[in-house]
Amino acid sequence: MCATCGCSGTTAPHEHGHGHTRVITLELDVLAKNDQLAASNRRFFAEHGIVALNLMSSPGAGKTTLLERTIRDVGGELAVSVVEGDQASGLDAERIRATGCAAVQINTGSGCHLDADMVARGIRELGPPDGSVVMIENVGNLVCPALFDLGERAKVVIMSVTEGADKPLKYPQMFRAADLMLLTKVDLLPHVDFDAGRCTALATHVNPGLDVLPVSATRGQGLAAWYAWLRTRRP
Amino acid sequence: MHELSITRSVVDAVTEHAGGSAVRSLTLEIGRLSGVLPDAVRFCFELCAAGTPCEGAQLVIVDTPGRARCRDCAADVELPDQIPLCPCGSANLEITGGQQLKIRQLEIGD
Repeated sequence: MCATCGCSGTTAPHEHGHGHTRVITLELDVLAKNDQLAASNRRFFAEHGIVALNLMSSPGAGKTTLLERTIRDVGGELAVSVVEGDQASGLDAERIRATGCAAVQINTGSGCHLDADMVARGIRELGPPDGSVVMIENVGNLVCPALFDLGERAKVVIMSVTEGADKPLKYPQMFRAADLMLLTKVDLLPHVDFDAGRCTALATHVNPGLDVLPVSATRGQGLAAWYAWLRTRRP
Repeated sequence: MHELSITRSVVDAVTEHAGGSAVRSLTLEIGRLSGVLPDAVRFCFELCAAGTPCEGAQLVIVDTPGRARCRDCAADVELPDQIPLCPCGSANLEITGGQQLKIRQLEIGD
């Protein structure tokens, strides 16, 4: 039907000076395509008993350092491989490979986040073994990655004590989407003006279901609790 | 700027559904808790639409407020911003609306 005058749109030309238009109701979710691809990734992980985690943070929060330490500590018990997302360079994947762990690097170019399709391609290249853990290190950014489901088992937001304690209020979307918050670099707490109690309270205000674990990847504080959390995610 | 890739997806989906016809207008619903900024989408739209059937189309954005149900007092509340807080003081809310990011409809024609 013509959206302007209500005629069938196939009748003879009108005299009231407009072309025929038609309204199509879609009610289509814009992220539907990504969500379908994420569901397909999730099926793949479930069929192969793989635990995939989506690690997200600002640049410099210590994602790669935490991964290096985690792989060194639990690599004998859990088969871990890594998908590295960065705007450019293969530096992080090289750091991970130096620990003896398989890693693929995805460069997003102008993109500010990983999406489900990039992860699917990364996983094909990586070929993780059944029953393993896949760590997906997202692009350092607290905004965009929160929106894109990758098919992961859980989302982990990583925040360091050298950042502002009020970050959960500034980036609520990210902290609401996360299942776990790792508060990193806690060995620096005596040297920085950071109220860990306040930060935790703000994070759980935004997301009452959020687990929070304070850790130090360089000194080892709190890592046992992180590894215990990781083991509970396995099927 | 995830709005750029989101706007690109919108133009792709609309082009597919327009079946070769020119798009006169399209209506997007962007919830206030969706994490997508309507102004950034407007900014990207002209760029992404150039050379596609969406070029020159009018972009209508319906802005939906956030809504939540309080797990403590059971009230259904509208959220004026991103931080969930019930007038009863509780922050233990279940988000029930405002996360939408949808293409509602398009108008095609010559």
